[in-house]
Amino acid sequence: MTATHSLLVSSLRLGYGDRTVIESLDLTLPPGKITAIVGANACGKSTLLRSMSRLLAPRAGHVLLDGREVHKMPAKELARTLGLLPQSPVAPEGITVSDLVGRGRNPHQRLLSRWSREDDAAVAAALDATHTADLADRSVDELSGGQRQRVWIAMALAQQTDLLLLDEPTTFLDVSHQVEVLDLLTDLNRNRGTTIVMVLHDLNMAARYADHLIALADGKLHAAGEPSAVLTEDCVRAVFGLDSQVITDPTSGKPLMLPLGRHHVAITRP
Amino acid sequence: MTQLDSRPGPGAAVDRRRPARVRTLWILAALAALVLIMIASVAFGSRIVGWADIVAGVRGQTDTLAQAAVVKRIPRTFLAVAVGAALGLAGAVMQGVTRNPLADPGILGVNMGASLAVVTGIVSFGLASAAGYIWVAILGAAVAAVFVYAVGSLGRGGATPLKLALAGAAISAALASLISAFVLPRSDIATGFQSWMIGGVGGASYDSLRLVLPFLAVGFAVSLLSAKALNSLALGDDLAAGLGERVAVTRGVAALGAVLLCGASTAVAGPIAFVGLVVPHFCRLLVGLDHRWLLPFSALIGAALLTAADVVGRVVARPQEIDVGIITALIGAPFFIYFVRRQKVREL
Amino acid sequence: MSTSLSPTLAAVTGSRVRRSRRRALVIGLLATLVVAAYGVNLMVGETFYPPSEIWRVILGETVPGASFTVGELRLPRATLAALAGFCFGMGGVTFQTMLRNPLASPDVIGITSGASAAAAFAIVVLGLTETGVSAFAIGAGLAVAIIVYTLSFRDGVAGTRLILIGIGIAAMLDSATAYVLSQAAQWDLQQAQRWLTGSLNGATWDETAQVALALLVLGPLLLGQARNLFMLQLGDDTAAALGVRLERTRIVVIVAAVGLLAFATAATGPIAFVAFLSGPIAARIIGSAGSLLVPAGLVGALLVLVADLIGQYAFDIRYPVGVVTGVLGAPYLVYLLIRTNRAGGSL
Repeated sequence: MTATHSLLVSSLRLGYGDRTVIESLDLTLPPGKITAIVGANACGKSTLLRSMSRLLAPRAGHVLLDGREVHKMPAKELARTLGLLPQSPVAPEGITVSDLVGRGRNPHQRLLSRWSREDDAAVAAALDATHTADLADRSVDELSGGQRQRVWIAMALAQQTDLLLLDEPTTFLDVSHQVEVLDLLTDLNRNRGTTIVMVLHDLNMAARYADHLIALADGKLHAAGEPSAVLTEDCVRAVFGLDSQVITDPTSGKPLMLPLGRHHVAITRP
Repeated sequence: MTQLDSRPGPGAAVDRRRPARVRTLWILAALAALVLIMIASVAFGSRIVGWADIVAGVRGQTDTLAQAAVVKRIPRTFLAVAVGAALGLAGAVMQGVTRNPLADPGILGVNMGASLAVVTGIVSFGLASAAGYIWVAILGAAVAAVFVYAVGSLGRGGATPLKLALAGAAISAALASLISAFVLPRSDIATGFQSWMIGGVGGASYDSLRLVLPFLAVGFAVSLLSAKALNSLALGDDLAAGLGERVAVTRGVAALGAVLLCGASTAVAGPIAFVGLVVPHFCRLLVGLDHRWLLPFSALIGAALLTAADVVGRVVARPQEIDVGIITALIGAPFFIYFVRRQKVREL
Repeated sequence: MSTSLSPTLAAVTGSRVRRSRRRALVIGLLATLVVAAYGVNLMVGETFYPPSEIWRVILGETVPGASFTVGELRLPRATLAALAGFCFGMGGVTFQTMLRNPLASPDVIGITSGASAAAAFAIVVLGLTETGVSAFAIGAGLAVAIIVYTLSFRDGVAGTRLILIGIGIAAMLDSATAYVLSQAAQWDLQQAQRWLTGSLNGATWDETAQVALALLVLGPLLLGQARNLFMLQLGDDTAAALGVRLERTRIVVIVAAVGLLAFATAATGPIAFVAFLSGPIAARIIGSAGSLLVPAGLVGALLVLVADLIGQYAFDIRYPVGVVTGVLGAPYLVYLLIRTNRAGGSL
């Protein structure tokens, strides 16, 4: 189940209405790795993710999965290979956890096929992997933010895709739940080889958890590569317009960005 | 993904400043338009009348059928002006009180509340004349307004336009069923009631005018006097309180004025929708967001719109008449849709 | 990946089996209730006929009195009640599910208003009869659906915008209906009520057959989309990511649901609140397990049958069925509104 798939984007242009959000973008997403996409607000991160999962048709250019254009693939076939968790998904009122997770099986079911043993097994495995088995019969409405996010990830896992795209999976979570969710995604990547691509707000979390970091600025690629190569003081200035100091995180050895505001700064500015 | 809209909505809380001279010009223009429309309302109708008869009719002669028709048009015109002004003003006040761009006596179910109250009065208590049920109508309007607003403002985000509109539509539908249940067994009142339900000023007389004028006068006074307070309320409750406004009292008083206006106009003219919605939005484009200008201007334009709609209804379907309530719905609904379309999704 | 005997797997399988049993049980129970209510509607009236005589009428035997009263009056009326109720329930829950809002039912967003205005127009102004009226109502229902959908389209359709625009269109159409009715030569309020709140008076076999045909053709089409519709509850993006083709699903579903609603409206008028209430009631009984199309249809049929019984015989005067569903539905509607607003989620 850990077949590696190549996902790449070539001269992609995206927009809504008469506004262009992404201008001529080329990207390759390394298979079997965790990729994080970072950038300022409204720089097109979510737009890019939506387009990679077929939700938004490109104005020009292509999104290619294993050499095939995703916008021309049958919807269910794509959904068996590539999963997406949108930024703030809505759960129908009163739905139970196991029912919600079960809906992730949709791409594996045909029109009149009945629910199979395989479907049960996939749901159970997803609940186990996300440590939500004990919540299975609870209503999603009653869960805490962190629990809810794990349940949504479980739904995406039940889809059993080799590629998983997540749009800001840690927004609205406090720091301990953020770590919990990112650890869970890392487990998935390490244990199953699932390729993970996520949009993250927090630069430092992105640098710590990603194998590959992509920085977007104004709809264009600013830099891509290992976090230590990408997350530099120059990059932060170009992408966010912010002066900063980047040090090595003593706990992880990854780069750590410390913003320099106008106050409370003891060192002299560069 | 929600797109950004660079155009400010007409409800934006920033005053686009208009020089007083421009505002005065608009008010004078609106007054002139109203006078012209009033003349048209006396001159044109479902019966085509020559100028000689019009002049004679205005002087009070009723020798010919044509003159008699003209004589009947005069109180009708005054009633249309009074009801239109009341509805336009009530709409502007309600939008200010609720800070909700979709507040309108029709959409909020206030008219239906007045209607149900009137029906109950006729069927259960034997009220026979407008004099008897005007109080009932005002009471019904008030209860419905409070109820719809209460239901619409429950939950997250308070009274959003969507929740209010849904609460209003749902409760109106519920009230309409109750009205049918009351009216159906009484075939004696059913026909007259049905034409009243559509909403019109066709049955106007000086008596009905005399009856509503005191209520409307109080409503006008209360509403116009709360103009300054509404300006503070537009900044939000907390800020208004910070500026020394007694928010709850102010809101209650202003709402009372609006309810008096809608209740009284519904009692004489039936439920007329959309005037209260359309007029204030149109007026904001011309005189800006200052309620001290907006309220009187809305009253003027409301009067002009309703009177014009009544003239159109009399002229387009000759020799029949289309009730003014139908014309305003046909004009108002497209505006409502236009307005919803240009709102940002997140604001709804 | 999974070990075959994990406790989680056992729990998942167990709870799924429980839920599908419960679902089957509830559907069975609802169906039984519908059949029972149907039977009662046939038996009860000015004269009571025992089941044996009704059965003989259904078999085509000539039974003095019963052949006419049951065969020509009660049978078409009760059948139309059940079928139209089923159409309203199914069509209503389709829109509520697709727009993810229990308040977004076709009677709020103008679809039944459109069908009703067109039917009234076809009868009063054009003087058409059954087939022509149905065709007109369906054309108008579809046109309204398309207009509302197109008007609310701006970089995709937002549910909230669609509902508000629907409310505006409904207000316009209702006043058009009021005008058309006021132009009718003979102002017959009972007849007019049919187009304002719905009535089963004068139900004929022809009308009933049309609604039955619509249900036979469009029902399966809609049921074929049940799973996609079910996925749409998760939001457009999530549903699309799970392999649902949004636009195609929406078009098929809208055409089928509007067809059902319009056929039923052409026959009975827009029976108030049935489309609105059936879905939420079904959801309360059955929970979130599985599609609500069939349960809502059954609830709709039950509502109309019972309401008609009440309207016919519970009071001194006969009320049309729409007035009864309206008065009974109103408090529940307000309750639903309050509850939805409290929860805040789906608005």
